[in-house]
Amino acid sequence: MQASYIQVSEEMPLGKERQGSKEIAVSKDFPILQTKIRGKPLIYLDSAATSQKPLSVITAIDTYYKTTNANIHRGLHTLSGQATDLYEGARKKIATFIGANEKEIIFVRNATEAINLVAHTLHPKRGDMIVSTVMEHHSNIVPWQQVAQQTGALLAFIPLTKEGLLDMKKTNVLFAKKPLLVAFTHVSNVLGTINPVKELVALAHKYGALVLVDGAQAVPHIHVNVKELDADFYVFSGHKMLGPTGIGVLYGKKALLEKMDPFLTGGDMIKEVALEGSTWNELPWKFEAGTPNIAGAIGLGTAVDYLQSLGMENIQKHEQELLQYALEKMKCVAGVTMYGPLYDPLIRSGVIAFNLGDIHPHDLASVLDDEGIAIRSGHHCAQPLMQTLGVSATARISVSVYTTKKDIDVFLVALEKARRIFRL
Amino acid sequence: MSAEAMYEEIILDYYRHPQNFGTLEKPDIKAKDVNISCGDEVEIQIAVKEGKIAQIMFHGKGCAISQAATSMLTEHVQGVSLEKAAKIAKQEVLDLLSIPISPMRLKCALLGFKVLKVGLYSYLGEKRDGDECEDE
Ligand SMILES: Cc1ncc(COP(=O)(O)O)c(C=O)c1O
Repeated sequence: MQASYIQVSEEMPLGKERQGSKEIAVSKDFPILQTKIRGKPLIYLDSAATSQKPLSVITAIDTYYKTTNANIHRGLHTLSGQATDLYEGARKKIATFIGANEKEIIFVRNATEAINLVAHTLHPKRGDMIVSTVMEHHSNIVPWQQVAQQTGALLAFIPLTKEGLLDMKKTNVLFAKKPLLVAFTHVSNVLGTINPVKELVALAHKYGALVLVDGAQAVPHIHVNVKELDADFYVFSGHKMLGPTGIGVLYGKKALLEKMDPFLTGGDMIKEVALEGSTWNELPWKFEAGTPNIAGAIGLGTAVDYLQSLGMENIQKHEQELLQYALEKMKCVAGVTMYGPLYDPLIRSGVIAFNLGDIHPHDLASVLDDEGIAIRSGHHCAQPLMQTLGVSATARISVSVYTTKKDIDVFLVALEKARRIFRL
Repeated sequence: MSAEAMYEEIILDYYRHPQNFGTLEKPDIKAKDVNISCGDEVEIQIAVKEGKIAQIMFHGKGCAISQAATSMLTEHVQGVSLEKAAKIAKQEVLDLLSIPISPMRLKCALLGFKVLKVGLYSYLGEKRDGDECEDE
């Protein structure tokens, strides 16, 4: 299924990618958006936690189970062949989507598992250094803490500037210590900051460090090409990019993946097994032990089709306009504090974290829920960042392809209601 | 239930001007817990005299519901015997709040209750982990 648009230019044929379309109104492709919450239309502003799914993705999974379900890579029968083709076809789509070779696309459960895979196969020596940042999601902090504890490796964190950007001076100092690996997010799930990945990768490489980029909040929103970025590892989750839960991707450079030991072992990831020992399968299967999430991979492949039919440039433009609109309107709501870069919309993506007066984010979320509006509240799995911001929690809205200006307007009205209820 | 009904004047009063907020110099009982999912935090401190709660204070951070409920609870058990306070039921806390609490907010409403119970139980020497205070 192709995504649908509000037609902007009359010559443009339906269903083809339309450069420069003003608005990508695709809400009708997302069945859940017809849902009523407490009798009110659902306004879903929590896409950064997990995105909603277009009908095409839901149908692809449904059809797979109804017509093609079989285990892959193991049967000679027709269905097994078809299922394998679909699974490997999805891998190919994802590889093309991010500019990788299909051997470099490892299917995992989610971004968290992908980071753990790298962390636990890195085998640092005592005294080796790993660098992360203060703006990371817990998934890009805790695995490194774990590995550092187990191996005696050192762990350091890049601090932030007041604007919510990585402190480049400190970055230089830390990278100059020649870390074994640096791990940072492409886009912050709280600040929305788009980090200068290409520059950071080049700098890290200059000092011989490997680079892992957490793309969980980037791939759904901006054009990503891992070869252009030159990242050694790049990870993301399917469920945040219109795909199903339980499927995610580890991209790794082929030469590196080939040298790495497997993470999990068992069926599918072996070439030959004798009781004395075993040899590993080729990439990417060496890292995919056991029966994988076949339907999930197919669903994710379909989500990629959908994103591509909209065009990542159009998506980015659409979402940036929405964020810009929301930022400007929210500035005028008395008592609102917003976090992250505010002066340059081009370095922000996806989210606006904020607080309203002395209303606790949970109370705010309750009031908004009453209006059918879903927002996130809490620490966003980024407690070190919360500490840096000097808050214990924030509220957060996040946008996706199906978010509209009207959603933002309804949200703004509800903010006023919250102000009234809390007598601000 | 509507948000208006939940955030009545009295809840906001307790949220902004909590009673018994602070710490004790020499507490006999100290207990603390955090709501993992939302980061709400409550610590309760109690000075015991003749088997009774002579003084009780709490501090922490969190939503209006968790802070107001804890504050009300501390007032409710002031001067009460430890044995009796340890037997307080969930419903008493919800009655103190006297606002509709949705299942999603039950954890907030009962955080202080859980902390109080854990503190009292461990003081009374009954090693319990407070699990029975979890909402069902
Ligand atoms: C920046 C970032 N990294 C990693 C993750 C973890 O994703 P998952 O829970 O799908 O592994 C998230 C999810 O919120 C995120 O926002």
